[in-house]
Amino acid sequence: MIALLRRDLALAVRAGGGFGLGLAFFLIVVVLVPFGVGPDRSTLTLIAPGILWVAALLAALLSLDRIFALDFEDGSLALLATAPLPLEGIALIKALAHWITTGLPLTLVAPALGFFLNMAPDAYGYLLVSLALGTPALSMIGSFGAALTVGLRRGGLLLSLLVLPLYVPTLIFGAEAVRRGVDGTGATAPLMLMGAITLGCFALLPFASAAVLRINLR
Amino acid sequence: MSIWEYANPKRFMDWTAPVMRVAFAVAAACLVVGLIWGFFFTPDETRQGSTVKIIYLHVPSALMAINAWFMMLVTSLVWLVRRHHVSALAARAAGPIGLAMTVIALITGAIWGSPMWGTYWAWDPRLTSFLILFLFYLGYIALWAAIEDADTAADLTSVLCLVGSVFAILSRYAVNFWNQGLHQGASLSLDKEENVADVFYIPLLICIAGFVALFVALVLLRTRTEIRARRTAALIARSQRA
Repeated sequence: MIALLRRDLALAVRAGGGFGLGLAFFLIVVVLVPFGVGPDRSTLTLIAPGILWVAALLAALLSLDRIFALDFEDGSLALLATAPLPLEGIALIKALAHWITTGLPLTLVAPALGFFLNMAPDAYGYLLVSLALGTPALSMIGSFGAALTVGLRRGGLLLSLLVLPLYVPTLIFGAEAVRRGVDGTGATAPLMLMGAITLGCFALLPFASAAVLRINLR
Repeated sequence: MSIWEYANPKRFMDWTAPVMRVAFAVAAACLVVGLIWGFFFTPDETRQGSTVKIIYLHVPSALMAINAWFMMLVTSLVWLVRRHHVSALAARAAGPIGLAMTVIALITGAIWGSPMWGTYWAWDPRLTSFLILFLFYLGYIALWAAIEDADTAADLTSVLCLVGSVFAILSRYAVNFWNQGLHQGASLSLDKEENVADVFYIPLLICIAGFVALFVALVLLRTRTEIRARRTAALIARSQRA
């Protein structure tokens, strides 16, 4: 499992892995927002947490199809499926690798971008915590979507159509946690609910991903 | 004789032909009676005036939009467990109908919302969860359309339906958390003495019965079409091999 994780991380970080692309995309979306809504600082303060969450979600979406597609094309996924490691474990590791290469950097960069959007000073901590709790769920749900569309030649657009509705609860609790944190109405409840979603995803979705991969490898 | 024998495509075609006709007839009768009764022979409601009459389309379609997904969930499970092809085809058939019901509920709701709430759309939990349901239907139908191999498509869409159901319910309650609603709570439930005043309630029930019958008839129609399409494809494949 650790070897597979190392391999996936190495593949993602090296040339052509698209490691920086998600981050660059995140930056560009955030930079584009003030052009869209105008440079008014109080408006930006109001929408900053939501924008950062939506942008992080889209940036995570961007690299989803890489989770399984490349391995599926060159046949290494079929080899992995015959390995002693169960396919559920492979699905879990692949999602984890995706989180380490996209979710984690996004979480770390988000406060810096919040600065551009004139985010309220109290919000930084909540944003960091909510993204750290929520992005693993994004990776896990996304890897299920990627497994679902791995056999399709032009699955990219379909993948986003399938995955984005599944992201709704995570997004709601994530952005709500930041908003309530700033309001002072208590961010504990949304954060706990989001933690529940993340843990539930990690407990159950590997089985769904593995089932779907088996169908696609048939 | 077990219930599963009815899932044999040949037997399915045999027994659904009369059932479908009856369902269409019941749907037509109920909808004509219910809608005419509802639109022309019920009094105006004290506060809502005549706008209340859109309830006869709004409530039944919203009810069926949810139940269509539930039917897809059940048939998907049956396909995954027992691998009856008719079950997978029925799930496929229900998708676009559920989508249509969702759209009807959203549009009639918007038309009703305009005079009552002063807005066509609000990010109310119920409205939003219906919009999310709409997206789930779109994804489900798109996935069916995207995969060429029929069995793979049935398998993958079934798993999507199962996972999607969990997330749809999760979203349903998550949006409650996110915003307070304009929409009233559940007005119809089985365990209440009186749900809506009887003058409105009886034509509403007739309309709901009509929508249920219409849904059954349309699902059967589309499933039969799918079975025929499957047969044609098999015949073409056979003639090409020969």
